Amino acid sequence: MDENEKKLLNLLADMEEEDALALAKEMLDSGTNPLQVLELCREAMDIVGKRFEEGEYFLPELLLAGEMLTEIGVMAKVLLEQSPDKPAQKLGRVLIGTVHGDLHDIGKNIVTFMMDINGYEVKDIGIDVPVATFIEEIKAFKPQVVALSGFLTLAFDSMKETIEAIKAEGLRDQIKIQIGGGQIDETIRAYTGADGYGLNAVDAVKFCQQHIGA
Amino acid sequence: MTDTDGAARYSEKINRVMAAVALQKTDRVPIAFQPTFWLAKYGGITFRELMYNYDKTCEIMRRAVLEFDPDMYYPPHVTTLGPLLEAQGFKQLEWPGHGVDDNHPFQYIDREYMTADEYDDFLFDPTGYYLSKYLPRIAEAYEGIEELTPFAGMYYMSLAGSVRKFASPGAVKSLAALHKAAVVAQALGAHKVNFDKEMAALGFPLTHGVASIAPFDFFGDYFRGAKGVLTDMRRRPNKLLEAMDKALVLILRNTIAAAKASGNKIVFIPVHWASDSFMSPDQFNKFWWPQFRQVLMGLIENDLIPMPLWEADCTKRLEVIGDIPPGKAIYWFERTDLIKAKEVLGDTVCLRGNVTASLMATGTPDEVDAYCKNLIENVGKGGGFILDCGFGVPDETSIENVRAMYRSVHKYSA
Repeated sequence: MDENEKKLLNLLADMEEEDALALAKEMLDSGTNPLQVLELCREAMDIVGKRFEEGEYFLPELLLAGEMLTEIGVMAKVLLEQSPDKPAQKLGRVLIGTVHGDLHDIGKNIVTFMMDINGYEVKDIGIDVPVATFIEEIKAFKPQVVALSGFLTLAFDSMKETIEAIKAEGLRDQIKIQIGGGQIDETIRAYTGADGYGLNAVDAVKFCQQHIGA
Repeated sequence: MTDTDGAARYSEKINRVMAAVALQKTDRVPIAFQPTFWLAKYGGITFRELMYNYDKTCEIMRRAVLEFDPDMYYPPHVTTLGPLLEAQGFKQLEWPGHGVDDNHPFQYIDREYMTADEYDDFLFDPTGYYLSKYLPRIAEAYEGIEELTPFAGMYYMSLAGSVRKFASPGAVKSLAALHKAAVVAQALGAHKVNFDKEMAALGFPLTHGVASIAPFDFFGDYFRGAKGVLTDMRRRPNKLLEAMDKALVLILRNTIAAAKASGNKIVFIPVHWASDSFMSPDQFNKFWWPQFRQVLMGLIENDLIPMPLWEADCTKRLEVIGDIPPGKAIYWFERTDLIKAKEVLGDTVCLRGNVTASLMATGTPDEVDAYCKNLIENVGKGGGFILDCGFGVPDETSIENVRAMYRSVHKYSA
């Protein structure tokens, strides 16, 4: 890793947004391979994720990390347009959505981001997702993990219905299901028939690591 | 029941609650009732009807209060906002009858209602900012009102002439729509006053007169949105701090005036952003607590009783938020460990809560009973405790579970 690469890694990990974006642009402009810049972003996000797990970073840092990543992604993508869009090797597939009746997405978006930077291919199918859509998406995307999000108490039954429908379609054995949201606890995990629940984005990643691998 | 019975019951209940606030031991643990949309289930109507039909909602609330006999009950007119929201084309909520199913509760729409570069506008002239930018974004009835501004800076004949702006097409349309909405709001207000009086005569005090907000939540929830405020903490911390200092003066001024007018000392403050997992202890001590403490102190100094509902888990914040004078507030905790809260805050503040939503919605009456017994005997020890759910009665709760909870205060003692 040369001087600039080290510097970019640290600027990103330390939340120095302006300097990080300026350096990333400078590196891309002067011919650094965009894939190399994106790899540095990934390494920086590993550090961010670790600091989050260790209680040094919280939501403001996760959100800002996501913003920096998006902006550098846009810059690098322009340069990558020539080459075929080859996604990097991912650890596994995760399908995530907010269950039907519930319009909340802040928690879901943060979990999606954390799983993404931890190397999983995450498909986010949005909010207020009908049971039938989950079934179709599971069939098409073939995830190893399905993550159901919900903030309101109405999500208890929506989650239960979604999981029962997955079972009725004969898809339950192929996937592990985790649930998360403001009111979720072990009582609701048992009630819905999920395999696990999480109180935060770190729990969500740990569930994937346990069931897909890291 | 005679009027005398009602008056006696009212003072018995309010005295029990006030003794709990003062951290004194009471004859039994007081219990609060915040059913919001659960009332629809109890009364066998849809959430949508509850949202639109004041009479029906109040009839069900009266019935529920008479059955469960709480020491304080939540004003039902918070869930009867349908006509008012509809009349002004309110954009920050989806509600049953408008964007969500007839049997789903209303839901807030998290968006960036104020852009990052508008902090200076807010800081320089908040009222001008509301009129020119903010209000048209949050309700259709305000669209066009921006044509009225700016008045500030006008003088003498230019001010006399600027009255013409009231005839601009947008302003005319907006003022007409606002007048219609205001008539609906007046009717709703009058209905509330009558119902509150009727319930007081029957012997039942309200949980609170008015609601208020923490300065961080004010910007995080209703102006910048979640992503906006969280990134502002890193990108423009000084602007956010400056804006919160300005807003807290306005929040206090409005809350004190409204609370005094309501005649009820308790001020309900739902708290969204204090949770352990949202920001670091350092960030909490810089961006959240000092500003909120000023709101609490301002209310206390004006002889009001702040009642924040600390949403999610705030167990790690307990030491910090205990920095208020003793016996002057109610801290309602949603998922914070109340046993721990009792240890840390037991000599400082009356606690309220917190039978879990999961238990209420999916457990059995026996399980609810056991949970309440534990809270009453441990958190209620020595006084300073009001039994309730974590955040009102969940919509999905069976009537038997609610009965078990309201029975428990008569069965067990601290």
